[in-house]
Amino acid sequence: MKQQITGAEAMMRSLEHQGVKTLFGYPGGSIMPTFDALYGHRDTLNHILVRHEQGATHAAQGFARVSGEVGVCLVTSGPGATNTLTGIADAMIDSTPIVVIAGQTPTSLLGTDAFQEVDLVSITQPITKWSYQIRSAKDIAWAVARAFYLAKSGRPGPVVLDFTKNAQVEMVDYEPATVDFIRSYDPNPDTPQEALEAAAALINKAERPLVLIGQGVELGGAQAELKAFLEKGDLPCGRTLLGLSAIPTDHPLNKGMLGMHGNLAPNVKTNECDVLIAVGMRFDDRVTGNLATYAKQAKVIHLDIDPSEFNKNVKVDVEVLGNCKRTLKQLTELIAETKHTEWIASFDEYEKVEQERVIEPEIHPTTGPLNMGEVVRAVSEATHHEAILVTDVGQNQMMAARYFKYTKERSIVTSGGLGTMGFGLPAGVGATFGRPDRTVCVFMGDGGLQMNIQELGTIMEQQAPVKMILMNNNYLGNVRQWQAMFFGRRYSFTPMMNPDYMQIAKAYGIPARRVTEREELHQAIQEMLTTDGPFLLEACVIEEGNVMPMTPPGGTVDKMLLEC
Amino acid sequence: MEKTLYTLIVHSENIAGLLNQVTAVFTRRQINIESLNVSASSIKGIHKYTITAWATEDEIRKVVKQIERKVDVLQANYFTDSEIYQHEIALYKLATPGFQANPVASKIIRRHSARVVEVNPTFCIVEKNGMSEEITSLYEELQQFGIVLQFVRSGRVAISTSCFERLNEYLASREEKYNKEKE
Repeated sequence: MKQQITGAEAMMRSLEHQGVKTLFGYPGGSIMPTFDALYGHRDTLNHILVRHEQGATHAAQGFARVSGEVGVCLVTSGPGATNTLTGIADAMIDSTPIVVIAGQTPTSLLGTDAFQEVDLVSITQPITKWSYQIRSAKDIAWAVARAFYLAKSGRPGPVVLDFTKNAQVEMVDYEPATVDFIRSYDPNPDTPQEALEAAAALINKAERPLVLIGQGVELGGAQAELKAFLEKGDLPCGRTLLGLSAIPTDHPLNKGMLGMHGNLAPNVKTNECDVLIAVGMRFDDRVTGNLATYAKQAKVIHLDIDPSEFNKNVKVDVEVLGNCKRTLKQLTELIAETKHTEWIASFDEYEKVEQERVIEPEIHPTTGPLNMGEVVRAVSEATHHEAILVTDVGQNQMMAARYFKYTKERSIVTSGGLGTMGFGLPAGVGATFGRPDRTVCVFMGDGGLQMNIQELGTIMEQQAPVKMILMNNNYLGNVRQWQAMFFGRRYSFTPMMNPDYMQIAKAYGIPARRVTEREELHQAIQEMLTTDGPFLLEACVIEEGNVMPMTPPGGTVDKMLLEC
Repeated sequence: MEKTLYTLIVHSENIAGLLNQVTAVFTRRQINIESLNVSASSIKGIHKYTITAWATEDEIRKVVKQIERKVDVLQANYFTDSEIYQHEIALYKLATPGFQANPVASKIIRRHSARVVEVNPTFCIVEKNGMSEEITSLYEELQQFGIVLQFVRSGRVAISTSCFERLNEYLASREEKYNKEKE
């Protein structure tokens, strides 16, 4: 049944047709007709007013990452739109499904340097899966359907809809649209049978196999298939930063985190294994270190849904194209049930070394100021390892990733590829809306918190139950660590003067507590977790703490530094 | 690493802004586009890009995959010169007095199977179709008399010699897969 309605109203109905219930946004001139239509849909569309458009995109990312649904942003043209760029780029590199709807000047004014006009489509083309300008109201239903289809299918990613003002006010015969096919785009590519057989043959012959798990497992919803695959083949695995919760931390085949600040054993074993099986990961340079010395001895099998990932960084022997939910199941059927007892036991000595020299001193210190890892592990334990971890970027991120434990899937939200400081706080807000049934803990440093501190306003208004843990060391800690290690301790603009965060929290009406003493830590965490709604816990941590172990930039994965 | 002149043939939906997306892939990897031709293909609504660039095979393979990854690109392939039949067109504007003073020049033009398409007392225009090297060699031979006023060449157009365009096949297979998944 066709109906004459405004384009703005058609946008609301199109969003509802896609099942949208939550959006993050900020009004402005060029999107006013749409916000006006939204006013009439407040019962069905829960709009969260952020305090800066960058916050809207990170909140949408947090929402999408924990819920598996598409995160939606609604912003105005010009600066509203350009403020979303960091979040869009972040979502692109971390394969997060979001749709950003931005106002645009009327079609008649395009190209005239009109007020708040920016060429958003051209700017965002390199950092989106699709970027499209809606110039006429009759395009809306189709464009929204295509945007959601593209954002969530295949390898997910961000989509931008540049929504001209005339299209918002024009009348249109609205009819809901569905897009489930684009002939130039195959979100579910077929897997050649030969590839599966070749992969299975390599795995069956392997004496020292190692599986690398990436976010693709979570995106494909293949956690159960992965577990079955690992257990049948008795295959030890390492996880990337974004793949950490694809398998429970305490699973006996989980050998830890990969990468620059990952665990010693899986990094060392990368250069000892005979068959390397990468699942839904992209061999980021923070995982591989120097490519010239990376896993040269191993045959490499790569499972990915995106064919452009094959041979991009690491030369692959067998490409297994396709959704890993399907390919892992197919491979599991083809591989033999076997044991790699000796090989798996060989990880132990490295685990022991790291445990004694790095982990124990970090999480169970007896003297001195609080350690970052100590705070992280204490929070993780207090939540019975069931919370969602959101991090900012830097030392707080690496410490949180290393010492938080995961028992549930989709439990880590962090800016991996882009490394966006300021990501944590708004992403945490989004996560509380994406999974209101779960506890959301956000770890931040004093640098990152201040990069999007305005979102405390959103938290206040929404009473979003974000458990904020500020690990304050009065430094831009990660850069300071590098300056200490590689720049002769010349602390160029990394010491930072901080405001009184207790007063800031008070101004926003957010319960808060500052901890400096070890004896108070557990009780303070309990207070945070038992307080309804948001809470800011400021842990004053060791000022010159370092994240260890570390593969120095350009270094070799099996030559990690344990001390600096 | 040895660089080769590769010819990329890309088929895409006819959508504004796609050229930008295609060229951005080259820019990001600091590869210069030597020539570029965009035109409608034999299939309605589908555009064909013929792009040449110097690169290593590893680079060009990555470029092709990145281009194919764009949602509105149907297919992208790369070829060496031996795998395609390629042609360019060139126009040479010659000074008529100098042209007349050098009778050898017209012999050269005939030998190159080029043709004179315009003559007036000031200048004449010569047109030549051919392979890149032939076009360059005619230019060099005419230029030895110092009579070339202007010279322009088109981008390369190319057809692969392996078989007919696989695009129809590809489109049919996409439809077939969609219908199968829908069932």
